[in-house]
Amino acid sequence: MLLVHDFDDWRRTARRQLRDGIPPEEVHFGSEEDHQPLLDLPAGPPGQNHEHVPPGMFPRVPAGFLETARSVACHSDRHRWDLLYRVLWRLTHGEPELLDVAIDDDVHRLHLMERAVSRDAHKAKAFVRFRRIEGDHGDEYVAWHRPDHRILKLVAPFFSRRFPEMRWSILTPDESVLWDGRSLHYGPGVPSSEAPEGDALEDLWRTYYGSIFNPARIKLKTMKREMPVRHWATLPETQVIPQLLEDAPGRVAAMHKATANQPRSAAEFLPDRKTLKTLAAAADHCKGCELYKDATQTVFGEGSKTARIVLVGEQPGDQEDLEGHPFVGPAGRVLDEALAEAGIDREDVYVTNAVKHFHWEPRGERRLHKKPPARAMSACRPWLEAEVAVLQPEVVVCLGATAAQSVVGREAKVTRDRGRIMRSALCRQTLMTWHPSAILRAPDATARERMRMELVNDLRTAFQAMSDGAGAGQLATSGSR
Amino acid sequence: MNVHEKLAILADAAKYDASCASSGSKSTRPGSRIGSTEGMGICHSYTPDGRCVSLLKILLTNYCIYDCQYCVNRITSDVPRARFSTDEVVRLTLEFYRRNYIEGLFLSSGIIQDANYTMEHLVAVARTLRVEHGYGGYIHLKTIPRASGELIAEAGRWADRISVNIELPTEHDLVQLAPEKKRSDIEQSMTDIKVRIDAQRDDRQAGFSAPPFAPAGQSTQMIVGATPTPDADILATAHHLYSRRKMRRVYYSAYSPIPHADARLPAQTPPLVREHRLYQADWLLRFYGFQLEELVTPAKPNLDLDVDPKLAWALHHREQFPVDVNRADREMLLRIPGLGVKTVDRIIVSRRHRTLRADDLRKLRVPWSRVQHFVATADHKPRSQLLECPQLVRKLHPKVSSRQLSLFAEA
Repeated sequence: MLLVHDFDDWRRTARRQLRDGIPPEEVHFGSEEDHQPLLDLPAGPPGQNHEHVPPGMFPRVPAGFLETARSVACHSDRHRWDLLYRVLWRLTHGEPELLDVAIDDDVHRLHLMERAVSRDAHKAKAFVRFRRIEGDHGDEYVAWHRPDHRILKLVAPFFSRRFPEMRWSILTPDESVLWDGRSLHYGPGVPSSEAPEGDALEDLWRTYYGSIFNPARIKLKTMKREMPVRHWATLPETQVIPQLLEDAPGRVAAMHKATANQPRSAAEFLPDRKTLKTLAAAADHCKGCELYKDATQTVFGEGSKTARIVLVGEQPGDQEDLEGHPFVGPAGRVLDEALAEAGIDREDVYVTNAVKHFHWEPRGERRLHKKPPARAMSACRPWLEAEVAVLQPEVVVCLGATAAQSVVGREAKVTRDRGRIMRSALCRQTLMTWHPSAILRAPDATARERMRMELVNDLRTAFQAMSDGAGAGQLATSGSR
Repeated sequence: MNVHEKLAILADAAKYDASCASSGSKSTRPGSRIGSTEGMGICHSYTPDGRCVSLLKILLTNYCIYDCQYCVNRITSDVPRARFSTDEVVRLTLEFYRRNYIEGLFLSSGIIQDANYTMEHLVAVARTLRVEHGYGGYIHLKTIPRASGELIAEAGRWADRISVNIELPTEHDLVQLAPEKKRSDIEQSMTDIKVRIDAQRDDRQAGFSAPPFAPAGQSTQMIVGATPTPDADILATAHHLYSRRKMRRVYYSAYSPIPHADARLPAQTPPLVREHRLYQADWLLRFYGFQLEELVTPAKPNLDLDVDPKLAWALHHREQFPVDVNRADREMLLRIPGLGVKTVDRIIVSRRHRTLRADDLRKLRVPWSRVQHFVATADHKPRSQLLECPQLVRKLHPKVSSRQLSLFAEA
């Protein structure tokens, strides 16, 4: 029995055996670390009496062999040295292409061992968890890891490339390594009891681990195959796995429930037969979003059945909510005046809102208008779509940003695009302008008057856009059709 | 709100992104003081959903002005919102990295204000990590469609991989569920990135020391099962992205029910088997020489959920089996159900030296109970009647092969 303690040692010994023509059947290798009772031990320290042979003198073997052998040497199987010598012998005795023959028994075993070591080394790169401690040299990062094989020498260089400026050490039961910022120092094994206790950051890491987990898809077998349970003791995140699994069904059920109970959209409240009348009647009972709860009633669109202009506001205000008609409050009066000035009869147009319920918050005794939430805007949109589908207007005028965003899209900007005829999903000719309330809120009289004029002009533009600008005459007749 | 709470919200918001790959960057950036990339990805942990945790995958913020119906972060969703500062993300990344919890950072974001504003903040995190901290670990940045060319250029300068999500398999799906996103914008961004990757490679090949641009390439993700779009369309889109946009990876993400989902979406458990079949088909198209129309047809536009697509093909082409492993060409060997690329290559090298027998195949760890019906070896010839037997499918019916799943779960 020849005692070798690492790969280089085996390499020197094997080279000598090979040179002396000793066939694999007549020699056995062993290692002290293998904890096997070694009989017939030669006296003296391992590696003795090895004469120095320059590397070039190693018998010619295929390029991949040394690399494979270096890995296999880390395997915990005590027969690894004999196997390596047998393959080396065969490679140099008439079977130079042996490594290609994956189905050969020796090569097959070699591959299995190589794969086991490479997997173990890969898992060490993955599962080593450093804990920061205050050491003599400032911050030190220490990990205790239990590999299946002796892979520390294979992986330590990787960690030195990854953390060149950190002082770190990796402890395993059989060997250990320290990086001091310049070089790697290997040492003896360290029991887990000497591993550092914990690291404040582990809580944060567990928070991340728990949050990135999707309770709707459980695949425990995949997890355990890739992260074997024997490694869990040194992985701080695994402590929360039982809790995550326990909570998962509840979380999924809650998600389904939230989906099921959630106010959906107006779509499911639409009547089968769609006229302005049936739509308005159906909208009375709409619960497509939450707003119906605090509003007095649905305020649906109103106006001419043959209107060729549809005006869309934001949502009913306090007075509209109480009376049940759109644009009847202060803003409505501004709109009426502007329409009149533009030469349009309100009786000839259709006036509605992007959101059909009043959204407000209490401020003392008053109900203060609040911009409708985006969910309400999208939930309510089917009503507006249906109104436009029934009317088939030639122009849709959006009053203010909410209406513009509902009709044109989120990128709509009234300040930028006001007064231009553009195309939208709702209508070939769409135009946006000020909301009458914005005019009421204008900072001073000058601004107010300017905005009012702009509103009037924009309404005129819309008016002229009908039927290639055929305009007023047609509108007048349309009312009596 | 403290970092714990933000992390809980912004990791939760990022978990529907399937990719966690950290592979592809062959060498560490010169001058790095902490961190390395050496080609192979490393999965540092696995969560009970079977997915790998390789990167710190978070959103910069889950506020979003968009209203994509399948997305938990859409503006109309009631989820709690949070926003990280640049510094918080940088510190989290470095602290996690030092303890070897992660391979790097995968940073995405809801869209706040506009595309450029959002993209600037994503880029700032990557720049701070690289420039101020000498960080050489992996960075994956999600880019925002319609962000400016300069910002994309800078993103690619600092990131290993950049991605733009195609989101849904077809333009029609996009119109239905993500009306604010446009397929043309998304594809334009992908093309811009591809052009820059190509230009960088050309410069390098011409001997110029061009700065890196997304050395790990670009990837994308589409959500599967949120719309009725069949597998044929999904795979056609993937094929288009691989061939025309030179994606490194197309990820399929089974639509998972999300809190406060839109009523138009299926409130069901995610179609995990379908997702798995799509990955298998994707592999067959890219590495096994299969053509799209061999896997799905207009008459049968969806992959079989019961058997994997390769077995399904073999069962429809029984006349081509058994295949003699000692004679057949590589192309045909690759079509044998149960044989992977690696095994096929080992067979081809081995058979130059020896004639393969059934035992030899078992040594190569092929799933013999399945493979035996499709191969002939020196000492094994399956009874051809068996292949005609209608019970064969049931016999071969594999429980979703967990071994193969791991192939896709890895970084």
